[in-house]
Amino acid sequence: MISTLPALAYLVSAICFIMALRGLSSPETAREGNRYGIIGMTVAIITTLMLPSMHTYLPILIAIAIGGSIGTYIALKIQMTALPQLVAGFHSLVGLAAVLVAVAAFMSPETYAIGTHGAIHVGSLVEMSLGVAIGAITFTGSIVAFAKLQGLVSGKPLMFFGQHILNAGLGVAILVLIILLCTTQSTTAFYTIVLISLALGFLLILPIGGADMPVVISMLNSYSGWAACGIGFTLQNPLLIITGALVGSSGAILSYIMCKGMNRSIWNVILGGFGGETSAAGASGTGDKTVKPGSAEDAAFIMKNASSVIIVPGYGMAVAQAQHSLREMADILKHAGVTVRYAIHPVAGRMPGHMNVLLAEANVPYDEVLELEDINRDFSQTDVAFVIGANDVTNPAAKSDPASPIYGMPILDVEKAKTVLFIKRSMASGYAGVENELFYRPNTLMLFGDAKKMCEEVVKAMGD
Amino acid sequence: MSSTLSESASNLATRMTEMAQNAQELAQQAATIVAEQSHGSSSFFVHGLTVFVLAVFVGYYVVWRVTPALHSPLMAVTNAVSSVIIVGALVAAGPAEFGMSSFLGCFAVLLAAVNIFGGFIVTQRMLQMYKKKGK
Repeated sequence: MISTLPALAYLVSAICFIMALRGLSSPETAREGNRYGIIGMTVAIITTLMLPSMHTYLPILIAIAIGGSIGTYIALKIQMTALPQLVAGFHSLVGLAAVLVAVAAFMSPETYAIGTHGAIHVGSLVEMSLGVAIGAITFTGSIVAFAKLQGLVSGKPLMFFGQHILNAGLGVAILVLIILLCTTQSTTAFYTIVLISLALGFLLILPIGGADMPVVISMLNSYSGWAACGIGFTLQNPLLIITGALVGSSGAILSYIMCKGMNRSIWNVILGGFGGETSAAGASGTGDKTVKPGSAEDAAFIMKNASSVIIVPGYGMAVAQAQHSLREMADILKHAGVTVRYAIHPVAGRMPGHMNVLLAEANVPYDEVLELEDINRDFSQTDVAFVIGANDVTNPAAKSDPASPIYGMPILDVEKAKTVLFIKRSMASGYAGVENELFYRPNTLMLFGDAKKMCEEVVKAMGD
Repeated sequence: MSSTLSESASNLATRMTEMAQNAQELAQQAATIVAEQSHGSSSFFVHGLTVFVLAVFVGYYVVWRVTPALHSPLMAVTNAVSSVIIVGALVAAGPAEFGMSSFLGCFAVLLAAVNIFGGFIVTQRMLQMYKKKGK
């Protein structure tokens, strides 16, 4: 147990962390919130360094200096489009750190007063093994997520026969080993738990497809919290428990929001395989339909003569790095007296809120960027819906076609706008593999080309 | 005379060993009691569980209030904050004797430090970009 003074300091630090999350309720208070977070972390570290059990300082300070410089360098260099990979990579570090702390506690339990080597208290063993298992799953799972987001491995779901049975078997094996560990204190059992959990992390994330990454990242975010919690119980440290619980519930809520944005259950996402099968539904009878291709000049003309435009950005905009030219286009329109707003679907991008960050980076004021439920009604009174790099989130089949894999997903009602402008590289279907009937509507104009180039051409055409 | 002296000496010796045994037993009892109290396995579990459940509730209500526009900074900051696991790593790295577990602790400190600095700085970078109209 911790003595009174450090315990109080840890409490201060926990409150700071709560304030950090509280600050994020509005962009105005968010920066202050982040400062609270930094203060909380500083208090926690200094308090721990001053504990009477601390004797070695030099290696620790060197480790903090090295780690801190690496972290600072990465955070300053990273491009905002690569944010999802960054977060996934960071999650893996938390997972690995949790594993290392648990292993250290297992090797020398005396340091944490949880028993002696070979005679660790049963309660601590359970907490320790849960912490190490979740930490290991977070570690390897995040590595897979990172590799998928970075494009190192295919974003396609990787399925093989008996996958779910294997995963369930591994889960049961972990539970059996935990019981074995508690009864025999076996070192082998402990390290086998670590190894199996590492394997399970890989296997759990591999079958999940690229566009489900918003859920995966949120889920791993949640796991990293629960891992910290497990370690907190082992080390009997309330600060770790509180913080872990905060992070864990935050990640869980984000996963829930993302799942709802796709109208899928969390199990459906975890079991994976979505987007891998070629969908037969919705593809029927598309042969005789024609699309209306348009040019940048057409788009410029239509938008300049509109009184309101809603821009719907998707992941394609991020890939093409089109946010800056898009904002330039919006500026010209605003200058010409056109009302310009942005509509963000909950699962646009590769992580929660990703589009908002990219638009903010391009200096789009955050009060022009609206969420689905705030703007969806306005499409019917809008002249132009400008869809850039989004597809599935605008597909009316989600409302009308019960056979469609995306049926029931909340979508942006772009089809209600007088004219829909669609920037797309080709006629290829979106991630869900579903044909978008919107392309064939008479009020839709397709602008084929790279999102960034197309925006630049539109800007040029508006200038002429 | 010498025999009685040696007799009483041996008596004394046996008594001493008895006393020593008693003392050892007492010390062992005391040690187990102290160990139980200082560890307080069951009592800490209940205490910890209380803290845990309350913290989940706090987290639930606080996070629902976060605006969707700030979900990315939320992930980055929770990521930084979850590196509070560094506290455990520091304790592992702390003992005077630098063994294998201290080494693991130090490595964990390094990883957590990457996260703490990286997480808070990238959050700050993101938040600085959020601007209102007309600024």
